Amino acid sequence: MWRRSASFILDNRTPNDVASASRPESLALSPPLQSSAMADADANSAYYQTRAAHHGVVTSDWLAQAQAAVGRNPDDLGSVVASEAEPKPASDSGKPFSVIEEFNNWRKQPDLAEAVAAIRALASVIMSSEATTMMELEIELKKASDSLKSWDKTSISLTAGCDLFMRFVTRTTALEYEDFNSAKSRLIERAEKFGEISTKARRIIAVLSQDFIFDGCTILVHGFSRVVLEVLKTAAQSKKLFRVFCTEGRPDRTGLRLSNELAKLDVPVKLLIDSAVAYTMDEVDMVFVGADGVVESGGIINMMGTYQIALVAHSMNKPVYVAAESYKFARLYPLDQKDMAPALRPIDFGVPIPSKVEVERSARDYTPPQYLTLLFTDLGVLTPSVVSDELIQLYL
Amino acid sequence: MDPGRRPPRTVSDPKVRQVGFFAAPEPISSSPPVSDISPSGNSLSPVMIPPPRHSSDPRPPLFPPASPGRRDSLTPSDLFPASSPTASSSYADAEFAFSPGRALRTNSVRPAAAAVTTSSSLPGRGFDLTAAVKASGVPAFGLMKIPSGFSEKVGNASVEVENEQASNSKPLKEKTTKAERRALQEAQRAAKAAAKAEGNAPSVVNATAAAVNVKPPKATKTPTVAASEKKGGGGSERPIEKERKKEVPPPRMQYDDTSRVEKAKRRSVVKQTEARNRVELFRHLPQYEHGTQLPDLESRFFQLDPVHPAVYKVGLQYLAGDISGGNARCIAMLQAFQKAIKDYSIPPEKNLGRDLTAKISSYVSFLIECRPLSISMGNAIRFLKSRIAKLPLTLLESEAKAALKSDIEQFISEKIILADKVIVNHAVTKIRDGDVLLTYGSSSAVEMLLLHAHELGRQFRVVVVDSRPKLEGQRLLRRLVGKGISCTYTHINAASYIMHEVTRVFLGASSVLSNGVVYSRVGTASVAMVAHAFRVPVLVCCEAYKFHERVQLDSICSNELGDPDVISKVPGREEINCLNNQSNCDNLQPLNLIYDALPSDYISMIITDYGMVPPTSVPVIVREYRREQLWM
Repeated sequence: MWRRSASFILDNRTPNDVASASRPESLALSPPLQSSAMADADANSAYYQTRAAHHGVVTSDWLAQAQAAVGRNPDDLGSVVASEAEPKPASDSGKPFSVIEEFNNWRKQPDLAEAVAAIRALASVIMSSEATTMMELEIELKKASDSLKSWDKTSISLTAGCDLFMRFVTRTTALEYEDFNSAKSRLIERAEKFGEISTKARRIIAVLSQDFIFDGCTILVHGFSRVVLEVLKTAAQSKKLFRVFCTEGRPDRTGLRLSNELAKLDVPVKLLIDSAVAYTMDEVDMVFVGADGVVESGGIINMMGTYQIALVAHSMNKPVYVAAESYKFARLYPLDQKDMAPALRPIDFGVPIPSKVEVERSARDYTPPQYLTLLFTDLGVLTPSVVSDELIQLYL
Repeated sequence: MDPGRRPPRTVSDPKVRQVGFFAAPEPISSSPPVSDISPSGNSLSPVMIPPPRHSSDPRPPLFPPASPGRRDSLTPSDLFPASSPTASSSYADAEFAFSPGRALRTNSVRPAAAAVTTSSSLPGRGFDLTAAVKASGVPAFGLMKIPSGFSEKVGNASVEVENEQASNSKPLKEKTTKAERRALQEAQRAAKAAAKAEGNAPSVVNATAAAVNVKPPKATKTPTVAASEKKGGGGSERPIEKERKKEVPPPRMQYDDTSRVEKAKRRSVVKQTEARNRVELFRHLPQYEHGTQLPDLESRFFQLDPVHPAVYKVGLQYLAGDISGGNARCIAMLQAFQKAIKDYSIPPEKNLGRDLTAKISSYVSFLIECRPLSISMGNAIRFLKSRIAKLPLTLLESEAKAALKSDIEQFISEKIILADKVIVNHAVTKIRDGDVLLTYGSSSAVEMLLLHAHELGRQFRVVVVDSRPKLEGQRLLRRLVGKGISCTYTHINAASYIMHEVTRVFLGASSVLSNGVVYSRVGTASVAMVAHAFRVPVLVCCEAYKFHERVQLDSICSNELGDPDVISKVPGREEINCLNNQSNCDNLQPLNLIYDALPSDYISMIITDYGMVPPTSVPVIVREYRREQLWM
């Protein structure tokens, strides 16, 4: 989907379409993008593809959607529930079962987090499994989750989701349920609950964070995060008066989409180019970001640019708040930026880049905990150091 | 955030976090609006965990409040401080200081001992009691059997114990009703009366039940007990300042307290001579003239001592410095104890648990005389003692010995050897090709890590930083170079020079304290601070059995002093040894610290057998680990 160079489409349409919304200067600045990084596109990580498919990139579908329905809410809960029913029969079909396909099936759904999709995929492993003992089932699951994890090493929430579910399986069943079948159905039921959990967790986080958004504040947002959107939406619905600065989020232009969503809610929005963060920081009261993963040190892994925003905010003594569901907690401990498997993405610079010039294509960075103020999770509002405590309690 | 600019927050109901498995998630109303959804309310959290195997609910209602049966379960407690024939009380104290946190620990083993001197009213207590209650299977009349000869005092002491238990139940207050409390008081009163009545009459020593709850000789000495007994007898609640006094942990042996040092000396096996010119700030730590005791001790090797030869040997090795390094010392000690237990037989009319604990205590105090215990050894001793205390009374002597032997073996293999392997496996993921790793001194875990990474074919270089006087790095260097790892060897003075090319610093630790402070070989802190200044991540490899719940802020309160001569003298360099004849000079106070404390700010990560954790999570590990050790 992202291959169709999203911004290319956007740019063609810019003059007539986006005029109504606060029109980002950057759009005009960047000339039509004709594919230079496309050649090595196959190297792009699956992580990035998911992101692009979900929310990251301004795609043609999204454009169409945005144009057509102003009032329609893409995060409509009903649609998720309806669409959840569909893929299930697929797993019963004759062809050999594959977790990865299943996972891909699940993650196509717009509102389903990747971790939840992973858990659903694992649940369908249970459903289709012919194991007769708990041990067999566990081994089968282990295999499935390993293959899922190795299929996409870059995705943190995928790994976290798999780990979480495996943890649940190993911790519960052997101890509590004697009957294999009831245990099995219990597990499946449990996995299905995760679907609602992900939306519910967002709601909880939104409620928790309301205390921190006060009237008249200015919030800087980086990247498009469904949780952050939910937070801002709730704040807008409860008649809070605030304004939002959106960074552009350069190659993917995630900021554009967020600003669009916020404009629909009548929240005053200002778009910034990514390099204007420090320039505007003294107007900002707080920084809100989402997270791809929350790691054991309490730091976060998020879209590229988060780290520098956190650094700027820290040096100006502005609080940095992270909104993340607790299933994004991962047992990872990066020491520095290079300590993770990089998630690569295509970057269009608009002009052809000489082959000798190297391009930094990593899609995300790691923000150490000392630059974060608080984490809003469905477990409550946590300081970064508590993350590790939770993880220890979960996995030990 | 700017507090001034924030309008007062709307006060919402307290948000209770629920981690873990909570049953019956009630469906939330689907309306998004604010604040009627509290995270606790809708309880369906993704991180639900089914309950762990052991009961994590520590406090069932305290049922038989004054049941004497419980006193039986206190067995281990009493055994502990009192009855070691050789250890004087002051030494016992010193040992406690090192067998860490007697008052702080959350396990049940010696509440009564604590009652004698101090008591913690930590919430953990409630825990203990229940464990104790579970463990006790002794009929209720156990209370009546107070051995003769302890008459009144013993009665008092036991009442004291009862009171202690009453006060222990305070954290449960919310749960016990008034009537229950009333009943508890009544029971205590009755118990006391009975004890007094019984105390005057000579009675049979009941080896199992009664023998245990007696004999806190310190209790009989200290006037506070008597006083508290008077008050406690009334069944009234203890005055607050009393409580507070009890919360203070017993002081470590302070070597500037002359009277206690004298007392300790009289009992000690090793005749140490005090060093003369000591630094004022470190007078509370023991410092002896080195090199004088060893021949004397060696000559007495074949004299029959209370100390088992294996332990004696290990002690001498400590003294001579032949065994050093946290793990090596700990393993040597445990193996010596294993041998001692093998050769041990219960003296007539004695209880294995009690007598053996006393024996071990005496060994430990001997080892302390040779060299102060490390925290890891303290933990190991604590483990062993709790194991002895938990031995079922029905066990035969041989069975009990075999059980202890295998326990010790298990501790060595699981907590030390296996833990090191796990640490290595975790840590090796942090070594990438092209890295330059720096290590300081010689840590066994770091050495294993480097060798393992080399075996895996990682391309890296090692910088070994070393310091006088021990120059431990040289041995490490020799082994690394022998394996074909390319190394740089440098002096700690050059740390700031070499640091800019380093990508990771790996350090070992003697202990990790619960505020994240790493207690390690002196010089570690400087290396880590330099690394921090250069933004090089500092990784500390430490087995979880070395974790301790103590909090320490500096390197002064608890440390070890080495031989000051070794820093002032350089062997083979006569021309710079100009301090030779000045060692007795009054205005010269040489100081050779062995350890230092590295604040947690300088540590990026602690790698333990439980995975990689930030230093802020040490208390969690300590908590979980202790529990596991207790329930294992």
